Amino acid sequence: MLVSEIMKTVNATLLTKDLPGQRDISHAFSADMMSDVLAYADSHMLLITGLSNPQTIRTAEMLDISCVLYVRGKKPDELSLAMAKRNGITVLCSNLSMFDACGLLYQAGIRGGIINNGE
Amino acid sequence: MENKIHFQYLIDGDDFTRAGEASSDIKSKLKMMNINPDAVRRVAIAMYEGEINMIIHADGGTIDVDVYPDKLTMVLKDTGPGIPDIDKAMEEGYSTAPDNIVSLGFGAGMGLPNMKRASDEMEISSVVGQGTTVTMTVLF
Repeated sequence: MLVSEIMKTVNATLLTKDLPGQRDISHAFSADMMSDVLAYADSHMLLITGLSNPQTIRTAEMLDISCVLYVRGKKPDELSLAMAKRNGITVLCSNLSMFDACGLLYQAGIRGGIINNGE
Repeated sequence: MENKIHFQYLIDGDDFTRAGEASSDIKSKLKMMNINPDAVRRVAIAMYEGEINMIIHADGGTIDVDVYPDKLTMVLKDTGPGIPDIDKAMEEGYSTAPDNIVSLGFGAGMGLPNMKRASDEMEISSVVGQGTTVTMTVLF
């Protein structure tokens, strides 16, 4: 799914520039705990979160995550946004709750990943 | 042992917003060295969690990184309070981080397990009241 389609699906605004058609995203991970993101998310997933401090973008950077969707109307601060731009991370913002955003994206075809707890 | 490049990072324990700067720097350096992306990602995750830990628990410290042709080692050293029970600290979900850290997205008791998962080898030595040293190796 293209970033533009994700935006339409969850009624999101774009806070960084994105090259149209550049990013095709099929999977997502949602959490407010960045340690869980670091443990379970894969590269190139969409990260859905309500945590708006700079560590969200740092986490995305470490994992090569190319698109972050903030929910519940949260917005990254200036530092986060500058960091995202420097690292080529697309930042979106939606007023929906995390539950609603995830539900709509799932309905539109985005899927989660396999949680491997080493069991 | 001649064939290595050494980097040292000083981790400032006072500024949580700067946590990850060292990991970000090593990540871009390794990318420039054309190290395989999976290894780069694992180094970044392991070191980032380590940085966070040093800031949450130990008022910062130092990270020494040695890059060899086939692997990377990093030694994270702090003079913090030490870990009384390392086995307990390695359990997923066990955390001694203060509540304000949880609101910043960390302190879920996943730090050390994540570091172990991301690295090929990890060793912790810790003396209560003196500090902790974590040594991790990532094979390329």
